[in-house]
Amino acid sequence: MSDSTAIAHDAHHEHPPYQRHHFETVSQQFDATNFAMWLFLLTEVMFFGGLFTAYLILRNWYYPAFVVGSHQLSIYWGTANTAVLITSSFTLAMGVWCAETKRKSGLVLCLWLTFILGLAFLGIKSIEYHEKWVKHHVPGIRFSVENFTHPQTDPEVYNEYHDKPLSPDMASKTELYFFLYFAMTGMHALHMIIGIAILGYMIIRAKQGAYTTGHVTFVENFGLYWHFVDIIWIFLYPLLYLISRHT
Amino acid sequence: MSEPTGQDHIVSPKTYAIVAVALLVLTATTAGVSYIELGVFNAVVALAIAVIKAMIVVLFFMHLKYSSKLTKLTAISGIFIFLGLISMTMADYISRAWGRW
Amino acid sequence: MSATTIVSLPDQSTARIPKVNFLTKENGLLSWLLTGDHKRIATLYLISITFFFFIGGALAGLIRLELLTPQSDLMAADTYNKVFTMHGVIMVFFFLVPSVPATIGNFLIPLMVGAKDLALPKINLLSWYLYVIAGIMAIYTMVAGGVDTGWTFTTPLSTHYLNTNVVSTGLAIFVAGFSSIFTGLNFIVTIHKMRCPGMTWFRLPLFVWSNYAASILMVLGTPVLAITLVLVVLERTVHIGVFDPALGGDPLLFQHLFWFYSHPAVYIMILPGMGVISEVVSTFSRKRVFGYTAVAFSSVAIAVFGFFVWAHHMFIMGISNYAALVFSLLTMLVAVPSAIKIFNWAFTLYKGSITFETPMLYAFGFMGLFTIGGMTGVFLGATGTDIHLTETYFIVAHFHFVMVGGMLMAFLSGIHFWWPKWTGRMYPEKISQLAAVVTFIGFNLTFFPQFILGTLGMPRRYAAYPPEFQVLNVFSSAGASVLGVGYLLPILYLTWSLKYGAIAGDNPWQATGLEWQIQSPPLTENFPEIPIMDHEAYDYEWLERQQQKEVASVG
Repeated sequence: MSDSTAIAHDAHHEHPPYQRHHFETVSQQFDATNFAMWLFLLTEVMFFGGLFTAYLILRNWYYPAFVVGSHQLSIYWGTANTAVLITSSFTLAMGVWCAETKRKSGLVLCLWLTFILGLAFLGIKSIEYHEKWVKHHVPGIRFSVENFTHPQTDPEVYNEYHDKPLSPDMASKTELYFFLYFAMTGMHALHMIIGIAILGYMIIRAKQGAYTTGHVTFVENFGLYWHFVDIIWIFLYPLLYLISRHT
Repeated sequence: MSEPTGQDHIVSPKTYAIVAVALLVLTATTAGVSYIELGVFNAVVALAIAVIKAMIVVLFFMHLKYSSKLTKLTAISGIFIFLGLISMTMADYISRAWGRW
Repeated sequence: MSATTIVSLPDQSTARIPKVNFLTKENGLLSWLLTGDHKRIATLYLISITFFFFIGGALAGLIRLELLTPQSDLMAADTYNKVFTMHGVIMVFFFLVPSVPATIGNFLIPLMVGAKDLALPKINLLSWYLYVIAGIMAIYTMVAGGVDTGWTFTTPLSTHYLNTNVVSTGLAIFVAGFSSIFTGLNFIVTIHKMRCPGMTWFRLPLFVWSNYAASILMVLGTPVLAITLVLVVLERTVHIGVFDPALGGDPLLFQHLFWFYSHPAVYIMILPGMGVISEVVSTFSRKRVFGYTAVAFSSVAIAVFGFFVWAHHMFIMGISNYAALVFSLLTMLVAVPSAIKIFNWAFTLYKGSITFETPMLYAFGFMGLFTIGGMTGVFLGATGTDIHLTETYFIVAHFHFVMVGGMLMAFLSGIHFWWPKWTGRMYPEKISQLAAVVTFIGFNLTFFPQFILGTLGMPRRYAAYPPEFQVLNVFSSAGASVLGVGYLLPILYLTWSLKYGAIAGDNPWQATGLEWQIQSPPLTENFPEIPIMDHEAYDYEWLERQQQKEVASVG
């Protein structure tokens, strides 16, 4: 039975403890899990893709509503959040470098910084969401078109952009803009929360030295996930915040 | 199967730092440009800058520049299908206004 | 050896099932519920999808019972809507999509590539748990009163005009979608990264190629369904307006996003079945598959083209004529690779040494019925005919020909073909051949009249219909009862065979392929040592040399 195919004598009896038994070499394990993470990111691209499609269509149809809607977002918070995420991607990339060069304390520091920056992002996001709630800009639940049919009712934004009043028909379409805002940033924030939770787990394991013995796979693959979440924000920022800030 | 993995080539902190600074500069740029009236090109410029930022994150932070051909192909195919979704859906929406024929 | 069968079993008086195999290696419920072994997970899937198949089948029985008479007398129209909706949801998402990949694919892909397991065993187990959770949610939906939107959830009906359990069904399908994504992801990684030494891409069995193509569709298409369902749930609960014309949204946007997945979904459903047919046709004509490269590339071509034809489900829904033109043209193109496969199987049969064991009977059924179903798909791809035939029984007949006459037959073919490898025992040949013939007859009697009904104008999804359509409906319902017998028989005799079936030995079909060179049932680790692949796929000369070597060494 077993001589019907030639047999390879492999020396798999000597393998590092972190190598799973169905893999022949550590290199194969790293390759396979890395590829698997890239494929998972493809599914995320398509998942967000549906929302981007909806955005594209609705923005084309209701451009004036999208313009005044985006004026309601704080460019300061949005830009700050973008800078926070970019820095967190940098700190995580440095963390991967520390793992690859077996610098345990450096890795733990980088993971902590990424963790804190991630929390900072979520903190800023909740400030923005709270503001939307207060101003009655939450679609379906607490929404009023007052600020768009009568822009003077919102002096802070009016003094900066001097928007013209929208007709009630077009003003009602701002609800769609805010739906997209909450859906896209909310989905993004959900992915951030999951990432931060995993970071917490990784900090504990990194302190135990799990990632500085040559087995960097987990950190590297998590890095891919985190950078991807950063890329989603890189697109959300101009699409939601920068539609048209010129007066 | 000895393709280069992310592990073989360790990207230096210097590269990461340059990329991070570039990303911050581009962010400031795109924010600034949005205050200038460019008509339809506002969207074009904003998206172009976003694509550049995404590309340097993918190439350097995500190590795609140093990854195997398979990984590069995977990334490209994802973008291809995403663009297919957008463009084929838009093919319907754009042509509705053209009338019956 | 008889000329009418290629089955070669070991001497039954001395043959035994190998004592150590994946079924006996560990005992206890937890060893099954926490397993990483792809073969055990495949077995868990097989039991689960069979369970859902019978629920879906019972619902089909109710549909055909109602349609015996023109009036809506067995159940109210609203109830009928719920019955056909749940039939569709369960059959599509809980039976057809996972059918071959999650059962036969899970079992065989590592064996066929020469690996000890799939690349991500824990993800594989997670995939099964997600399926079970989704299944429980679907059952809850049925118990809570069902949903009556049709499995396609067309807006604005599903978001604004109905008050049934759309949200819970949507969430159930969302979870099932991730089950499918993880299976596909696992397959792609395994096929790329875990082929044994010497196993080049073009030495892989064509079953692997088909599952690879289907996996690409699973990974790239299903997430769009997921986000679409999220949007439907948000629309229903929060009234965001994205699909509501009154609030500025577009109901057609839902359909674009829904069919972006659901058209590739039909290829997800059929491609693995085509892979099974390649294996079966080759084995039972003792000949390598004609045009291996063409069949391999056509699988990938179906996957790629399949992404760009979705709006042919929307020709009458309000898309622009220009879009209809483009999608119709692309639909014509996507039929070509499927046809290529049929031609290649036919040329494989030509001058082959054909025998008619049960898997081959199902394969013949597949080739005929899928050809009819596929051709009617081309009729529907032409916008002119589609306008008249869509939303009639012609569509119902078309997709049942490809899905039931095609895919379900391929699934049964595969189950019978690999049953000896999976369980170590043969199924009883005569009754299984009878079941295959009964299924074929029942199928044609059920669904062929529906083509005629459709052309005559009977609409689909109607509980009541004009009396002139009754005769054909009665034929169809009669056929359904025959079909039911045909599907019940395998459950009975396959279960019987677990205890009383003949011992199969390693290679009862004398097939090529790595899975037939190891014991039945296989060891947990599949291969004691990773094999080295030194011959082409479907190399029957190599197999003959192996057998000669074995005979020589015993003497």
